[in-house]
Amino acid sequence: MDTRQELLVQKKREHETREETTIPARVFLPIADIFESRDALTVILEMPGVEKSNVDVRVEDGVLSVQGRLDLSKYQGLQPLYTEYNIGHYARSFQLSSKIDQTKISAELQDGVLSLNLPKIEEAKPRTIQVK
Amino acid sequence: MVTAFADPFDALFNLQRALEARTASDWLQNQTTSQGPFPPINVFQRGDDILAIIELPGIDKDQLQIEAKENTIRISGRKVIAYPEGSMHRRERVSGEFDRTLSLPVRLDPDGIRAEYRDGVLALFLPRSERDKPRTIQIS
Repeated sequence: MDTRQELLVQKKREHETREETTIPARVFLPIADIFESRDALTVILEMPGVEKSNVDVRVEDGVLSVQGRLDLSKYQGLQPLYTEYNIGHYARSFQLSSKIDQTKISAELQDGVLSLNLPKIEEAKPRTIQVK
Repeated sequence: MVTAFADPFDALFNLQRALEARTASDWLQNQTTSQGPFPPINVFQRGDDILAIIELPGIDKDQLQIEAKENTIRISGRKVIAYPEGSMHRRERVSGEFDRTLSLPVRLDPDGIRAEYRDGVLALFLPRSERDKPRTIQIS
């Protein structure tokens, strides 16, 4: 059998908050991957079309929130002929465990993929205990 | 012989996907190999020309091929995700191969086609051929 896997389109889920937005655009949840290694947690978010300067990452009360604003002015003057996906801003937040060193979080955006590196605090790292 | 599947559900889904792709494929046509639904495409008109905007986050430019023939554009490539070592808590992103053909109901100028990939979005500038453009007729 053919081993290659065809990619399927993932439907965009809309971001839901208790507060309503006051901007005339839709907000979607970026698709995310989360990994944990020995000394860090990695969060990868797909936000196609978002420029580096329009990404906002902040940590408040142990909640990591990521916002990506799309430059909708690029779509001005374009007349849609055929559409398959919706465009909008991106927002998603994650509850952080206390194990994360919140001052050392770093972020990198490449080709619409935002990678967040959340290092663990020293006490939370696994260690081997010497048996005497 | 016992075949070991890493994930029986994965194997089943792959089989189903392959079967569906077979029934949907137009293999009699020799232009392109398949018409997958990925990546999603939006088509806009700007003036006389056509602009196709395709969301393709996290693709290496070298892994992306764009071919144009008459009024048909083929976008194919591969999305690779390098998973680091460690445990995985959430996995929503997908990787794999894609191959999609877009046929436009207008004639294109194949030499004028430009592609731009920035911030995970592929923009294809598809100029209409001069022959296809409407022209004003002077009343004498």
